[in-house]
Amino acid sequence: MSATTYAAPGPAATSTRGPQRETVVAAEGLSKVYGLSDRQAAKALAAADPAGAVAAAGGYLGAHDVSFSVQRGEVFVIMGLSGSGKSTVLRMVNRLNEPTAGRLLVEGQDVTRLPADRLRALRNDTISMVFQHFSLFPHRTVRDNAAYGLKVRGVARAERRERADAALERVGLGDRGDKLPHELSGGMRQRVGLARALAVDPPVLLMDEPFSALDPLIRRDMQDLLMQLQVEDGRTILFVTHDLNEAMRLGDRVMVMRQGRVVQCASGPEIVAHPADDYVSEFVADVDRARVLTAADLLRAPLLTLSRGDRPADALRRLGDNEANGAFVVDDDGRLLGVVTDARLVEAVRREAGDLTGALWDDYHAVAPDDLVGDFMHLAGRQVVPVTVVDDAGRLLGVVPRATILSSLSHARPADAAPVPEVARA
Amino acid sequence: MPDLRLGERGETAIDFMTDNFGGFFDAVKDVLNLLLRTVYDALTVLTPTAMVVVLGVVALVATRRLALSLVLTAGLLLIQSMQLWPETMQTMTSVVVATVIALAIGVPLGIWSALNPAVRAVVRPVLDLMQTLPVFVYLLPTILFFGVGDAPGLVATIVFSIPPAVRLTQLGIQHVDAETVEAARAFGASRREVLREVQLPLALPSIMTGVNQVIMLALSMVVVAGLVGGAGLGGVVVNAVQGLQIGASIEGGLAVVVLAVYLDRVSAALGGQGRGAPAWWPRRRRTGGAAAAPAPPVPTAA
Repeated sequence: MSATTYAAPGPAATSTRGPQRETVVAAEGLSKVYGLSDRQAAKALAAADPAGAVAAAGGYLGAHDVSFSVQRGEVFVIMGLSGSGKSTVLRMVNRLNEPTAGRLLVEGQDVTRLPADRLRALRNDTISMVFQHFSLFPHRTVRDNAAYGLKVRGVARAERRERADAALERVGLGDRGDKLPHELSGGMRQRVGLARALAVDPPVLLMDEPFSALDPLIRRDMQDLLMQLQVEDGRTILFVTHDLNEAMRLGDRVMVMRQGRVVQCASGPEIVAHPADDYVSEFVADVDRARVLTAADLLRAPLLTLSRGDRPADALRRLGDNEANGAFVVDDDGRLLGVVTDARLVEAVRREAGDLTGALWDDYHAVAPDDLVGDFMHLAGRQVVPVTVVDDAGRLLGVVPRATILSSLSHARPADAAPVPEVARA
Repeated sequence: MPDLRLGERGETAIDFMTDNFGGFFDAVKDVLNLLLRTVYDALTVLTPTAMVVVLGVVALVATRRLALSLVLTAGLLLIQSMQLWPETMQTMTSVVVATVIALAIGVPLGIWSALNPAVRAVVRPVLDLMQTLPVFVYLLPTILFFGVGDAPGLVATIVFSIPPAVRLTQLGIQHVDAETVEAARAFGASRREVLREVQLPLALPSIMTGVNQVIMLALSMVVVAGLVGGAGLGGVVVNAVQGLQIGASIEGGLAVVVLAVYLDRVSAALGGQGRGAPAWWPRRRRTGGAAAAPAPPVPTAA
């Protein structure tokens, strides 16, 4: 089982710890109308075509009837193109955007009904935010930036300093506390933004396209940093992005939005494997599927399994019936013992062997269900049997045929025809 | 079109105010004169030569440019040699008092109108009126209210120099990056905290530009103030012109120019255009100076 090396961070890594079943943020029918009075907005939302009615009244429907719930410890990604309403939804969570309709519960409190002072308290100790353009305070040192939430909270100076330095240390800026933001690079500035959010140790973290303004290599670094912090903290994170690869990489679940509405909400691999509509498939067309899909997503039942006690002649006949050149041999518990090929079976028949023991061979590649396709696709087709998926106990779960891998990597949309040639080279 | 007899009504209103609010105007006049007296005494505690040294050092500290400071000091010495030092200090006094009062009114008004669109809608046309109405139109009523002397000139000066304080404060606050303000709110800051900790500090470069503009506008009114009996260099120039004393008018004018250059360079440096500005302040050119008002001609010094 040489191929069962785990591809460290990725959806696979987060799924092992798994979000707990406790809802932290729940949105129910959230809508946001811009540019209309409350009364006009309510009337327009009640119409048969809310978007049209809002537009006709001179407003803009930023989000409509958005419902979702986020579990504790989950990274929940809200994805969409610009203008799809993803930031609007995120900003309604801490009411930087005032929801026009709907309910939003954070830790059981209805945020939409909180009076101003309670809302400020909620923002300060429950929900922190990281911004796309960092939004640091240019006139304050890096340390004072990181300590801002604590300052608002009224924490004493010495403790503020200590906790801010600890947060800066975690994001790798322990020695930059005395600098001013403009003396740092973009990536470092966003690290300060992250430290500012972490310093108050909030249960919920909102991230509004936090890495979009960074160049790709730095973005990758920041994603790694976030995932590492997430392994340590297991925080509940709502993460907005327009970058599908980022969404797939970070998100336990992804909510795809379009024109203010939720189009699909599912795990990353599921969205790639089963896009809800043409918009989503268009969206996922660019994704590096090899880094998203796992063996489990492409799992097929093995064509033929044999047991050790089968007679070689019977095995050979069944191989022929199935038009296969090889088959798996499993024990009574379903554990994989090895493979047999037609050539070895022919030899066993000639030796007049009573069972398959002598014909067993180990020419197969076993992978774990959550291994990424990208890590084993190069092995497909080297053996008589397809890439073999086994669980921790060594039981045979199924196979991933080469053709399945190729078609999964090339399918931009469900309606698409056969694999495109150039993908086969990859 | 019916004749609304606006002029007649205005005159009646002003008569009414003189008749009924005389006590109020007298009180204002007394306060202004007291302020002028106090500041003038403070500015003339030192001997003229010692004062020149002090002003030279102030220029050096503010601008951090030795050559410029030496030129400014030489200009002040020139004023002394022209025997115009007391008048210059009188003018400086009215500039200081007018600036302080204009800022005390203008900056809060600017903050208020930046945060409140309704206030902005009212303030803006009023500011337009204050800046475009010819000075002499409201100079006459101020004489009626306050009598001849320093007070009417000072009031006219304040009215004239408030607008840039309001406008540049408002502009500075409105131009603070919205997401930065949002960041402070997202961490639970109240509106007051946002204003004090984020908006005002970040608007400071613009506000300081406003301070510079207020000073320059106040100075540009000295001659007008002299016309209504105000003391200082304005009086010198007005008397010289009326008496056709060309030499004296040249000397008075020159002193105004020196004072103008001095106040401009020093206040601009304090406003972040010099080398002493905090590193994070945005580098920008002074805004709208020439267009906003007939500021005295300012030669570009080294």
